[in-house]
Amino acid sequence: MLGADILLHCLELHGVDTVFGLPGGVVIPLYDRLKEFPNIHHVLVRHEQGAAHAADGYARATGKVGVCFATSGPGATNLVTGIATANMDSIPMVCIMGQVVKELLGKDGFQEAHMTGICQPICKHTYAVTDAAQLPDIVAEAFYVASNGRPGPVVIDIPKDVFVQDVQVPYDTGTVRNRIEMKYKPCQVNKEQVMKVASYIKEAEKPMMVVGGGVNNRLENRDLLYSIAQKADMPVATTLMARGVFPDGNPYDIGMPGMHGTVEANYTVQHCDCLVAVGMRFDDRVTSNVSGFAPNAKRIIHVDIDAAEIGKTVKPTYPLVADSADFLDALAEVLQPCEHKAWMEEVQQSRYEVKSPAGSVLPPKETFGFIDKYVDENTIVVTDVGQHQMWAALFLNTKGPRQFITSGGLGTMGFGFPAAIGSQFGFPNRNVILITGDGSFQMNMQELAIMKQFKLPIKICLMNNGFLGMVHQWQKLFFNGNYSATILDSAPNWEKLADAYDIKYMRIDTLEQCDEKLAAALTSNEGWFIDFRIDAGADVYPMVPAGKTLDDILVGE
Amino acid sequence: MKHKVAVLVENNPGVLAKVANLFSRRGYNIDSLVVSDTEDKSISRMTIVVDGDEKTVEQVTKQLHKLVDVIKVNDLTHDDTVCRQLLLVRVAADRETRGEIIQLMDIFRARIIDIGRRSLIIEATGDESKIEAILKSLQPFGIQEIVKTGISAMVRSPKEK
Repeated sequence: MLGADILLHCLELHGVDTVFGLPGGVVIPLYDRLKEFPNIHHVLVRHEQGAAHAADGYARATGKVGVCFATSGPGATNLVTGIATANMDSIPMVCIMGQVVKELLGKDGFQEAHMTGICQPICKHTYAVTDAAQLPDIVAEAFYVASNGRPGPVVIDIPKDVFVQDVQVPYDTGTVRNRIEMKYKPCQVNKEQVMKVASYIKEAEKPMMVVGGGVNNRLENRDLLYSIAQKADMPVATTLMARGVFPDGNPYDIGMPGMHGTVEANYTVQHCDCLVAVGMRFDDRVTSNVSGFAPNAKRIIHVDIDAAEIGKTVKPTYPLVADSADFLDALAEVLQPCEHKAWMEEVQQSRYEVKSPAGSVLPPKETFGFIDKYVDENTIVVTDVGQHQMWAALFLNTKGPRQFITSGGLGTMGFGFPAAIGSQFGFPNRNVILITGDGSFQMNMQELAIMKQFKLPIKICLMNNGFLGMVHQWQKLFFNGNYSATILDSAPNWEKLADAYDIKYMRIDTLEQCDEKLAAALTSNEGWFIDFRIDAGADVYPMVPAGKTLDDILVGE
Repeated sequence: MKHKVAVLVENNPGVLAKVANLFSRRGYNIDSLVVSDTEDKSISRMTIVVDGDEKTVEQVTKQLHKLVDVIKVNDLTHDDTVCRQLLLVRVAADRETRGEIIQLMDIFRARIIDIGRRSLIIEATGDESKIEAILKSLQPFGIQEIVKTGISAMVRSPKEK
């Protein structure tokens, strides 16, 4: 059997149904065999970066391992941004890259790049295959490593001659080495430790919980967190990576903490006496100036599956290494009903609603309010990176885990559109709403071809303000309004662009138009390109300037 | 403070790069690094000396442990260990000074392994302080070249009581 067949059999065996990729010289033998595997649906991207982000989006939405293919050299280097993006947000992916024939390795062969070397610092693990007989074991291990412990992307580098190597090896007997299995095996949650945490919550006067991407990745029971909050009578903040895991519109929901977090979430962090952090890593965008973070918290409990996260930034008084979802299950079981009435009142008092500037024609907050009407139980919201991302996080209320998809750690502009494509392939029948900006969208808009080809019903909401908004905002606030290189002159004619790909287009200039026109697009079974001419002067507030503590929150200019 | 960390790794191509990469990526300083294979040829052992406080070294060991190729990480700093490093030093020596140098090296149980017309090569093993002392004693004669390995360390066997 050819190496290419072994690889594809192995992928099939691991339940891979969708692969995003683009062929090139050394992977032709792999693509040559694809037609024999009808269960594997290959989606041809127009740029490999799109393949990596689409596989990532697929993984984020479904919870399965995302898979992408690329050829050696430039094909593989084009995946790099996508791999780093997945790595920072702990997303399970297996990236299969072609490599020049073994004979040419290290000799600067045509389209050779040392991909295992390039990828090593930005992924969970790399495998360099030298013999087709290794493939069953390596693929089995790659999937295991990618999805167990703290998830992450894994790279498999395969020389061209391995694809055409004819070996007799049973493809279905791939095994994970015992040592590797033990290394990433989920550790049992220690009941006694969880009881301790429960007692800390009960004893505390001002407890709170902050949940992060770990919870978003693993949570299945979407009512669990609310029942914990209710029983514990404590507020719950959700970081950018966990938007949607906690229901909105109740006294326990305080939204997102951090640089662009809500006033109430930041107030709660700064005034709590007991902070339970679950599946989050105290990113600097959450803590701001870490020396002034949660100054009144006598107890900080940090629950994370990655022992290296504990104490990396914030030293907890009580560390607990565990899978976040397992921990929450255990906590829900042992938690005694608590009462923190005065504290809950104090938290309600701290609530502050940011106002849009007067005279605004299409203010972001109200615009997102209209979009939010169409975010139902199953809607998946995918964002790009920038101001629109923060507005989406602040003003959209997604309704469950893995339904708010965004590049958090790396902050990759251009992530959103391909990730939305990946999400839509994961859930063909769900409404996928992409929130993007005119800067971000132009970074990967070549993938409109996929939307056309598969008639994907993605709703592209372009927050169009004519500049690189987030940088523009910083320039306004901290660089004396020197708008160096942030004005996006010569934007394409968006209507013609959408039309070029047979995608329906509408332009929204006012809130009245949101009211009149949005329903037709956002409830449609077809893809739409919605061009929101958002107010150019609108900035993201609240904001904690870099280097300041969460107490120094600004709510407007 | 200097910490000695022993790391057992799979003897794969690229594993040294992975470990070295981790140190550079996270901004940890390696004082010295020794790699060799072990009684099991599929496993290599690295002895890494890191300069940093307890917090840094805790992060180093945790991050090292996350690497798939890493089998085991031990901080030996607070263990009872024997540590050795190898020193080769070329020192200026003529007829007048040669005798004195040889006498001095006898005290340190260092060996002369090569004699030239105007210089000697001396080989010595020992822990860091001994190597320091040897170099200090040779300073007045004129040190021309120094080669040192990093530190290798092994935990002492338990003693019967």
